[in-house]
Amino acid sequence: MSERRYPFPDSSPILPDDEHPIIRVRNLENRFGDQIVHEHLDLDVRRGEIIGVVGGSGTGKSVLMRSIIGLQKPTAGEIEVLGENMVDRPEDEAKNIRRRWGILFQNGALFSTLTVAENVQVPIREYFPFIKGDLLDEIASYKIVMSGLPENAGGKYPAELSGGMRKRAGLARALALDPELLFLDEPTAGLDPIGAQAFDLLIRGLQQRLDLTVFLITHDLDSLYAICDRVAVLADHEVIAVDTIDRLLQLDHPWIQEYFNGPRGRAAAAA
Amino acid sequence: MASAAVPQTDEHVFAPTGALTIARAGSTQRELEATPDPLTIDLAGVERIDTVGAWLIHRTVRDRGAQVTGASRDTQKLLEQVAEADRAVEVKPPKSSGAVAELGIAAITIGRTFAGLIGFFGASLIGFASVITHPKRFRFNAVVQQFDVVGVRALWIIGVMSFLIGVVVGQQGAVQLQQFGAEVYTINLIGRITVRELGPLMTAIMVAGRSGSAFAAQIGTMKITEEVDAMRTIGVSPVEALVVPRVLAAIITMPLLAFWAMLTAIIGGGVFCWLGLGIPVVTYVQRIAEVVPASDLWVGLIKAPVFGFIIALAGCFQGMLVANDAEQVGLKTTSAVVQSIFLVIVLDAVFAVFFSSIGWL
Repeated sequence: MSERRYPFPDSSPILPDDEHPIIRVRNLENRFGDQIVHEHLDLDVRRGEIIGVVGGSGTGKSVLMRSIIGLQKPTAGEIEVLGENMVDRPEDEAKNIRRRWGILFQNGALFSTLTVAENVQVPIREYFPFIKGDLLDEIASYKIVMSGLPENAGGKYPAELSGGMRKRAGLARALALDPELLFLDEPTAGLDPIGAQAFDLLIRGLQQRLDLTVFLITHDLDSLYAICDRVAVLADHEVIAVDTIDRLLQLDHPWIQEYFNGPRGRAAAAA
Repeated sequence: MASAAVPQTDEHVFAPTGALTIARAGSTQRELEATPDPLTIDLAGVERIDTVGAWLIHRTVRDRGAQVTGASRDTQKLLEQVAEADRAVEVKPPKSSGAVAELGIAAITIGRTFAGLIGFFGASLIGFASVITHPKRFRFNAVVQQFDVVGVRALWIIGVMSFLIGVVVGQQGAVQLQQFGAEVYTINLIGRITVRELGPLMTAIMVAGRSGSAFAAQIGTMKITEEVDAMRTIGVSPVEALVVPRVLAAIITMPLLAFWAMLTAIIGGGVFCWLGLGIPVVTYVQRIAEVVPASDLWVGLIKAPVFGFIIALAGCFQGMLVANDAEQVGLKTTSAVVQSIFLVIVLDAVFAVFFSSIGWL
């Protein structure tokens, strides 16, 4: 592996090789026409951690996530998830790796013609068609309860749910196959502070109970302080630093300073 | 605990080994069912367990009072967690209450929609009245733009459609009339049926499909993006700004389009008569002028604006009914087309009875 210089060597996005990162991104490049989103982007995610991904608008947080989960073919670079190379993988192999992670999209992305319980059952039916009847219903039920939804939510359609409940239902579907890895795209966006805090606690609780690794894209400073073990900062087309917030605060980078030491950042730190 | 890893021979003991996960849920369930009560589950051999595996153990303990031994601390924790999440969750949507109730609900829905449409009819009349009394609020540009969309851009498709209808009516009529040696009456058939019925009716169906649906989709999308609410808060009446221009455009363009449809259908019929029956064009035009009474034209041209009004009204009404989510836009657009075509045909029947009773046969 070629040694590269990172602006902050002590908070480098690369972990020592013997840590066997669950996500390993090297030299990722994404461009749309002339517009460069990522260039020489490296990132390692440790197994069992909650990593927060922050960055200004347009720095490609979502594109990074979409590249990792295979919705976006990168222009160049290597991506390994769960020890498996993800770039240019044939569809049937990729499918078997995909079932080991769960994704919560920004607005839940629930299938609108199915009830919440049926939404949770979709991945199970797809990968394990032999699970049927009562057992299938029971699995959906406890996933729904674990995601913090009320008992009567299972039979409801997504249009009947509030924004917060929709995200919880999306989370229940993401957890349907007992994933090792959970991707969350701005899970607390659009929630009120109480709902957002409850969602943070839910994610922290699930992560501890189910041994999850969580890849969390967020703008929510409170979430970062409350639940993230480490935070990756996207700027200048790459991940400039990954570390705990306390250590990131020591770094002399204008965006990091403005982000964490602005009035909102300080308020979140004080909380 | 180490001794438990050895496969048990006791038929009352279920001792899975290795991974107890969702991938093995089927076989685990079968094996559990095959093991007779009183059941002991020995988990000492389990290396990996997920919530589905834990759930299978939990439900067996719950339903059959099975004993669990040999669970590691992590497994124990997971078992406790799924037990905690064991609550009676409603999985199915609330059931409908049978055919009779559903019929009743459908009847109520139809009644409400019809009542709503009448209410909307009133609201749009009020909108028209306020535009007439305050002419400055009349949105001339919006009306002209709707003329273009509803009328001018539909000329091509309505022309082609009507031309072909003229050909088909002529051809089918000729086949029947030839049996009596009366094929010259094909001209009467083409002239009267296209001017009186098919011209306005087919135009109405085309306009409902093209513009009624567009009205519903446009207004429905504006409802979802809260543009309609924004209008209200600014003090602009959505009926005046959105409904009046569309309804007005439809009322004015429909007779023009219907006339255009009659004309092209007669041309289509003429082309068929000339090429298929050998009737000279001059004879055809002469005969058309003789056999089509002026009252037929009036019937067609009186019906057309009424059809236009109904189509625009139904489209705007369904658009205004959209609420909550994007899926509704599609549903309401479909309803708009179905409703307007249905109402157009009902009205056409009413008109047929009316005109024949006043002697316009």
